[in-house]
Amino acid sequence: MNYLSQFYAVYGSLLNFIGINSLLALSLYVTLSAGQLSLGNAAFAGIGGYTAGILTVNFNAPFLVSLAAGSLFAGLAGLVLGLPVLRLRGVFLAMATLSFGEVVRIVAVNLTITGGAEGLIGIPNKTKTWFIYLVLVLVSFFLSRLRWSRLGWGFESIRGDETAAAAMGVNTTYYKTIAFTIGALIAGLAGAMYAHLNFLITPREFGFSMAVQLLCYNIVGGMRVWYGPILGAMLLTALPEILRGIGIVAGPVRLCVNGVILLLVILFLPNGLVSLFPTRKGRGKVASNLLSPKETKDNLSPEKG
Amino acid sequence: MLEIKEITRLFGGVQALDRVGFTVAKGEIHGLIGPNGAGKTTLINVLSGMIRPTFGRILLAGREIQTLPAYKVARLGVARTFQNIRLFTGMTSLQNVIAGQHLVARRLLFPRLLCLPSARQEETDEREKAMANLARVGLAGRAEIPAGNLSYGEQRRLEIARALAARPRLLLLDEPVAGMRRQGLEKVRDLVFSLAADGMTVLVIEHNMAFVMDLCTRITVLNFGRVITTGYPSEIACHPEVIEAYLGVGDDRTWGAAGKPAGPKDVNQDLSNAITKERICSK
Repeated sequence: MNYLSQFYAVYGSLLNFIGINSLLALSLYVTLSAGQLSLGNAAFAGIGGYTAGILTVNFNAPFLVSLAAGSLFAGLAGLVLGLPVLRLRGVFLAMATLSFGEVVRIVAVNLTITGGAEGLIGIPNKTKTWFIYLVLVLVSFFLSRLRWSRLGWGFESIRGDETAAAAMGVNTTYYKTIAFTIGALIAGLAGAMYAHLNFLITPREFGFSMAVQLLCYNIVGGMRVWYGPILGAMLLTALPEILRGIGIVAGPVRLCVNGVILLLVILFLPNGLVSLFPTRKGRGKVASNLLSPKETKDNLSPEKG
Repeated sequence: MLEIKEITRLFGGVQALDRVGFTVAKGEIHGLIGPNGAGKTTLINVLSGMIRPTFGRILLAGREIQTLPAYKVARLGVARTFQNIRLFTGMTSLQNVIAGQHLVARRLLFPRLLCLPSARQEETDEREKAMANLARVGLAGRAEIPAGNLSYGEQRRLEIARALAARPRLLLLDEPVAGMRRQGLEKVRDLVFSLAADGMTVLVIEHNMAFVMDLCTRITVLNFGRVITTGYPSEIACHPEVIEAYLGVGDDRTWGAAGKPAGPKDVNQDLSNAITKERICSK
């Protein structure tokens, strides 16, 4: 017990950041699972963070109300942005969401209510570690169930091939907008929790580098299953501490190591860290009793195309 | 079942489809042939709602569908395959077919969040249905193979299985046997026959003449976006304008005997055309 409390005293804030970053990574995972490359999720986290922070500081709103408002407001922003922007595909969508992120940052720098470039100061520390992980578990559970629902299959189909998905009856615009909005809701929630963790938030924290960082979590961890982004966020967030443990002090070296890890993953684990784990027998797989031996024998001979 | 009326589609100045019109009866296997660039795939794209016609009307069982987006056309019971295969390569064969059941499945989120046994049961049922469709196209043994790892012919058949998963009334097949050898070709032919026997209407584009002549109840020939003629295979094979479209105009309009037809088009295809034609016309 003593050990645990000692560990928590030293690494408590690291644990908090792992949790928050995992949530942020999951927010992008939802959008990516529908095949949409968004760089706007950092901005949604910013919107959530500022909304919640302002409510708490200026209006003395209860913690949970601030969180809900931050999440909903970010979700609303996602919906409003998603409707026009999701007509774009691939790189163009990334560009549009990226510029949205810049707009949010610049707005935060220039408004008085957000505290300008210095940031919003004096937000009480109300986010506890257990609360972060409770939310993370709930969100993970939600996403793991979502995958096999109507929405999840629609998302996967759109990621596979948007034209084919439309031809088999998936309303692609609707599904993409929903994926975008769910992503924004989760990002806003994570941002709101982050705001109540650190006493202050600044516009810079939700800028371009965070947007790319979220993408890295997903690439390193793997974006085919819900726990991939969490693995990525865990590894990349804990990396500075691990490096310090083996004697490399944080700084430019850290970024280099980050880059090397990203390259190694792309080269050797194209599906991310999740491919290190054996795939679980589950849905979408055949129960062996469905494969009668006769069928197997008849149809296994591959036919040359 | 399907009435196509005066469908015209312009791409800039190019008239891809020029007042195309024909009807397809319920349960019919209707062929759509024509030289490359005749507008066959454009017509399929218009029929499935991927592109809108510049003008003209399409009636599916009496209902106008030419202005509907693709997903709404799909809801009315139209499924299709693609000339350039569009499978979900990240999924297994079985998952591809399950994804194709989008319109006939419920898959509510709420029972899943509560981990209700009904959700489990539904998933088992869906797997069984998907397996039945895979077995129908002869891919039951390949269910757990990632779709991207299947052979070319298998991928084409998997596309058909995915289209069948939505239980369509009208199936549009865009070159279902392109690049297949005879064995696969016969499998697809028998499959389409069995679908028509079940009452499904099939519209099929194909370049393999022997296959089309064998399979189709009636055939429509397109050239330069216009319908040359619609008729029974025997009529098509002996139609002078069809022969002209495929082989060009020769000196004495003979073919087959000379060995190599006088035309600029793909030699193999024209030869097979010529051979089929000889067989049918001599009857």
